Amino acid sequence: MSPVLAGALQVLALVAALALAYRPLGDHMARVYSSTKHLRVEKWIYKAIGADPATEMRWPAYLRGVLAFSAMGVLFLYALQRFQGALPGSLGFASIDPDQAFNTAASFVANTNWQSYYGEQAMGHVVQTGGLAVQNFVSAAVGMAVAVALVRGFTRSRTGELGNFWTDLVRGTVRILLPLSVVGALVLVATGVIQNFSGIHEVGQFDGGGRQWNGGAVASQEVIKVLGTNGGGYFNANSAHPFENPNGLSNLFEVFLILVIPFALTRTFGRMAGSLKQGYAILAAMASLWLGFTALMMWTEFAHHGPAFEIAGGAMEGKETRFGIAGSSVFAVATTLTSTGAVNSFHSSYTGFGGGITMLGMQLGEIAPGGVGSGLYGMLVMAVLAVFVAGLMVGRTPEYLGKKIGAREIKFAACYILVTPALVLCFTAAATALPTPADSTANPGAHGFSEILYAYTSGANNNGSAFAGLNADTQWFNTTIGIAMLLGRFLPMVFVLALAGSLARQSPVPATAGTLGTHRPLFSGLLVGTVLVVTGLTYFPALALGPLAEGLAS
Amino acid sequence: MNTSAGTTARLLGAGLRALLVLTALCGVLYPLAVTGAAQAFFPGRANGSEVTSDGEVVGSRLVGQRYDLPTADGQETPEPDLRWFQPRPSNGLGSNGVNTRYSLLLSGATNLSADNGELVDQVTEAKEAVVRDNSVPGHPVDPADVPADAVTSSASGLDPHISPEYARLQVRRVAAHDDLPVERVAQLVREHTEGRILGFVGEPRVNVLALNTALRELLEPAATP
Repeated sequence: MSPVLAGALQVLALVAALALAYRPLGDHMARVYSSTKHLRVEKWIYKAIGADPATEMRWPAYLRGVLAFSAMGVLFLYALQRFQGALPGSLGFASIDPDQAFNTAASFVANTNWQSYYGEQAMGHVVQTGGLAVQNFVSAAVGMAVAVALVRGFTRSRTGELGNFWTDLVRGTVRILLPLSVVGALVLVATGVIQNFSGIHEVGQFDGGGRQWNGGAVASQEVIKVLGTNGGGYFNANSAHPFENPNGLSNLFEVFLILVIPFALTRTFGRMAGSLKQGYAILAAMASLWLGFTALMMWTEFAHHGPAFEIAGGAMEGKETRFGIAGSSVFAVATTLTSTGAVNSFHSSYTGFGGGITMLGMQLGEIAPGGVGSGLYGMLVMAVLAVFVAGLMVGRTPEYLGKKIGAREIKFAACYILVTPALVLCFTAAATALPTPADSTANPGAHGFSEILYAYTSGANNNGSAFAGLNADTQWFNTTIGIAMLLGRFLPMVFVLALAGSLARQSPVPATAGTLGTHRPLFSGLLVGTVLVVTGLTYFPALALGPLAEGLAS
Repeated sequence: MNTSAGTTARLLGAGLRALLVLTALCGVLYPLAVTGAAQAFFPGRANGSEVTSDGEVVGSRLVGQRYDLPTADGQETPEPDLRWFQPRPSNGLGSNGVNTRYSLLLSGATNLSADNGELVDQVTEAKEAVVRDNSVPGHPVDPADVPADAVTSSASGLDPHISPEYARLQVRRVAAHDDLPVERVAQLVREHTEGRILGFVGEPRVNVLALNTALRELLEPAATP
């Protein structure tokens, strides 16, 4: 069987698995966020928090909950790293420096998982398992909570109430992420992912000598790393490390875990909005972008243009034999079209166009299908923009799901869309103009510029993957990328919740003959077009200087 | 003003308590439960898929190793030991920079771009070396037959596999160095060639440690009585 055909079959298998999980998982999540019953363990947690799970919150209160919880997350994770050297169970690893500890804390709380440290030689059991892996759960649950709050904004009327943040946070963790993680972790162990607390120990080698291995709770962290679209690897090589991703099957399973919640959330949305077709329209837009990007990536990587690859006879630099070109390309697209940022191959050594595709995937705003929660709310904001554009064309006040999209709503949507590009382009410009940041680049010319552009694209969009030749462990990059990650995560959430509050206060307008059918394929097409035009207009000049210049030269 | 400061403090307190409870759940109970189940059901895999030969642990089935000659005085890069099958290059493997008290197994890629002269040089030199090392009298290696994985560094630097093409390319050399019939070595490679899982998942590959271990057992049959 040719590698291309095998790759196509793997994509097909992935589509089939995602389709099978779509209905049960989507419906389950809709029930979780609509239920009025509380599990016993949840009641204990609410008691410990001191929160009444039945209290409804308006958008400012919901936002305050998000920010207070996340602020404590940053502080706690920062302290854990700063005191690592004094904590038991740290394998004798030293405390992390302030700038790197800030960067890492911001990174994991913002669901980014950008890593300027080497996992296997910097972080012990306490920080990895008790700190970083916990944020993998809760930062994902926060993303889902905000997405659900936005959906409630569309479905509720003449109220400002969006639900209870603590309830949504706890339910997302306890009823969705934890059960899936337990099953997924054991599946990963069955394929060969390690799960132990052996720490640093000596293992014999073929030549009679020994090597020191760093053993830890890898499978339990790996599963939520991908399921929660986090992406921070236990080891430096991330999902390319054989202990994180041992074979082709574990690879496909990890890609499945990356995509399963973001896609299924469109079903949750349709279910909660009372029209499954509305969910399918969003799903169709996401899925067509994902499949299109996957096809493009396979094409450019199999074609392997570029001087070094033409001599080698294939683009295998930075890729593992067991995944090959196809398994690596599928993973690279899934990880950059969601906010995951885990890698099973190193994007910096992709072809010029291949590197560009990973960057463009993030620059779309990670909405195809996007991060857990953030993908859905990002795509819904784009849908608001799409109905607005359509409204301008026919000269009617735009509506979406029975809510009028007025000046106030479109301002929030516009602010949402402007945040990340402003962060990416301003920080990239500053880093390129200043003398020292550019010294961190590993490659000359256009690719060096791409390394910096990629870093801020990845940070501000909460992806976390890298053109990893860039030496990002400097005060400049630790600080600026840390700021980009926090602002890129929480400013958009402010606008999403404000939009949700504004929509929830409205009375519904009845659909008329002139209402745009947002459940139809035409709307899916319009949505894809809006996404591509907005992203293209924003990023084309920057992409032309980096990956396009490199790709066209080879 | 006082009330708003009080409200903020109460909110942050709730945030901290929520974090601590969820840390106990997701950061302590969950990993312990998964570790317990993993150790009960899949102890070998959960502990790193160790391979034993002749009663000794020789590494992990999942982690690639180097098969080099001992370095001479003043020599920086070791020469490959041509008696054994050679793995892929691992030019991006990091060195202990943070915790120098350990000599940890590290992972990493070169991250060099296709148009970087450094990578062009690495690939060109690797290709020349593969052709030189594997050409035996009467059977020169055609550079066009060298597969891409033989001359490029993997993503982890710990790739345990090579492509079946690269394994077959090394058969005559290994047979010559080990004084074995070519057909016997070729058979060994065939036995250790794994196809795609379920016929379409992943890529065909040869596990270098498993292959070299089997080769050694062929060369030194049963050291133990």
